[in-house]
Amino acid sequence: MANGESEVGADAPAGGFVQLLTPEGERIDSVTTADGATYSVDFTDDEYRELYKDLVTVRRLDAEATALQRQGELGIWASLLGQEAAQVGSGRALRPQDMAFPTYREHGVLYTRGIDPIMPFGLFRGVDQGGWDANKYKFNGYTIVIGSQTLHATGYAMGVTMDGKTGSPDGEAVIAYFGDGATSQGEVNESFVWAGVFNAPMVFFCQNNQYAISEPLERQTRIPLYRRADGFGFPGIRIDGNDVLATFAVTRAALDNARNGQGPTLIEAYTYRMGAHTSSDDPTRYRIASEVESWKAKDPISRMKAFLTKQQLADDTFFGEVDDAARTLALDLRERVLAMPDPQPVSMFDHVYPNGSPEVDAQRKQFADYQASFEGSAH
Amino acid sequence: MMVETITLGKALNHGLRRALENDSKVVIMGEDVGKLGGVFRITDGLQKDFGEDRVIDSPLAEAGIVGTAVGLAIRGYRPVCEIQFDGFVFPAYNQIVAQVAKMYYRSMGKVRIPIVIRIPYGGGIGAVEHHSESPEAYFAHTAGLKVVTCANPTDAYVMIQQAIASDDPVVFFEPKRRYWEKGEVDLDIDLAGAYPLHASRVAREGTDATVIAYGPMVRVALDAATAAAEDGRNLEVIDLRTLSPLDLDPVYASIRKTGRAVVVHEAPGNLGLGSEIAARITEECFYSLEAPVLRVTGYDTPYPASRVEEEYLPDLDRVLDAVDRSFGW
Repeated sequence: MANGESEVGADAPAGGFVQLLTPEGERIDSVTTADGATYSVDFTDDEYRELYKDLVTVRRLDAEATALQRQGELGIWASLLGQEAAQVGSGRALRPQDMAFPTYREHGVLYTRGIDPIMPFGLFRGVDQGGWDANKYKFNGYTIVIGSQTLHATGYAMGVTMDGKTGSPDGEAVIAYFGDGATSQGEVNESFVWAGVFNAPMVFFCQNNQYAISEPLERQTRIPLYRRADGFGFPGIRIDGNDVLATFAVTRAALDNARNGQGPTLIEAYTYRMGAHTSSDDPTRYRIASEVESWKAKDPISRMKAFLTKQQLADDTFFGEVDDAARTLALDLRERVLAMPDPQPVSMFDHVYPNGSPEVDAQRKQFADYQASFEGSAH
Repeated sequence: MMVETITLGKALNHGLRRALENDSKVVIMGEDVGKLGGVFRITDGLQKDFGEDRVIDSPLAEAGIVGTAVGLAIRGYRPVCEIQFDGFVFPAYNQIVAQVAKMYYRSMGKVRIPIVIRIPYGGGIGAVEHHSESPEAYFAHTAGLKVVTCANPTDAYVMIQQAIASDDPVVFFEPKRRYWEKGEVDLDIDLAGAYPLHASRVAREGTDATVIAYGPMVRVALDAATAAAEDGRNLEVIDLRTLSPLDLDPVYASIRKTGRAVVVHEAPGNLGLGSEIAARITEECFYSLEAPVLRVTGYDTPYPASRVEEEYLPDLDRVLDAVDRSFGW
């Protein structure tokens, strides 16, 4: 398991990982790692059902987005298919005061932060920049340049410490999301350095989905990613990223350690991107069908469903209701996305500088005058 | 009124100190800014008086300095980053142009990044490579960044405080060869009433030709004007102070008066600030010009070995030669 010695999970990579729910839906009560930490969850029956509902909802929203892209309604989409457990488990482990710094694929985490799921669609449809209020929702804007946001998260976490908001169970913690490819970036490694030496209240949450667009993990590292943490002086731990319970348990513990003043943790969520990197990509060029099939057997939703069924926590009526509710939400989303208006062209000049700029103002006026010069123009 | 005669470097130090005193959210971060006081001593004594949380000795990684400053700014702090030398800014380039510059736009106005990035720049101090460059055009080309530079101790003292108080991200270029030049500074100057950050100004009035300069070249332009006066030519000198946005109205007004323009900067000429300024003067003042706008710049080479930098850098003679050429048209 973490750091090495577990036998748990026939599906585990070499070196093991923390798993609390097997692909067959068998529950493992708790896991104790080599360093003595014990991980478990203490959910009520309702909470188990809610987690399942989250997973199904997030997958359904993602499927709707993929369909919208195929129908030409979105310019591009970065699907999270297969990574629902990693995102929902870690997102639900966050407390309201915790701050998250996502990439461009964390639609599931965004959902768990209580943000209207339509928010990222402006960005992918090309009608705005995203633009939710990062401080209000404690969820920063999507960051596209790989790994840049890990430094932002670390700086923010340093600010948490400077504000005196660590060192107690009610403290604040910060989580940075990134992928396996990002671990090759200098900036991610610099963020590890910074977080380490400043003991920042950070959780580095790496979703190792096995591919950086087309390049497999072997092109990014020759050791398991979680072991990178050793070199920076903080703990690293690998979890079954398709297991929402393990993801929740380990992320919660890492966040609590951070908020209590014990510094950063690197979590490697071992998962798989079932779809393309983005809708512009063709994964059949670089991976084989049997690999995809083997990961289908580890699906995060089917194992949760099997668990709920075996434990008699849910029946077909419940599963049907969850599917219906997710479908309703997705169709509502579709309608609202289709209704998103194109922006006024002159809005491109908005929000360049908080204090404005005479040059930008002059260009805005020039542009507006030019637009107005067309006969019958509505601009 | 507390007027002191101090160096430009000391004026920056006083300005930073006052910013730290006035706003508890201001933090200084960079390599060696703490105990050492910076390699140029610009932050001398600040960590001692404000503590290690306000004046942060950072790990040796420029992307990290700027990238963590972004996060601190999101958290509500006002970070002032020091990049040790001009040629070391490029590891942080991604963070500056792709993150700092765009965060406000990307968040559609909801996230402000009031960061100042201080960069000692320019040559003339006999340094090895990467220690004498003028990379201002890279940043002036990027929307979302304000780019300014000071040329005298008073501007250094005032502008650094104005930059820190501004919600705009500011790249603040410090003319390192002028760090040791002295001038009178009113340390009690009222910032609100002081010359605004984003404005150029006439550094010397004249009637015969306009020399436009900024940062370390303002001194060269003023010296050239003094020398030209001995030959009976009365040069007007404009100190741009702000490189993005450019404040060219005083420049246009000057050229309508003089009919001749010479732009001077240390950076290579190709696609430098001088190109933009020349183009805009041509667009705005075409009928006032008696000659083409001329440029006196560094050459389009990497910054050369220090034993030949005096030939590389624009000096008084090259400026006067350009003025002569303008009159010879």
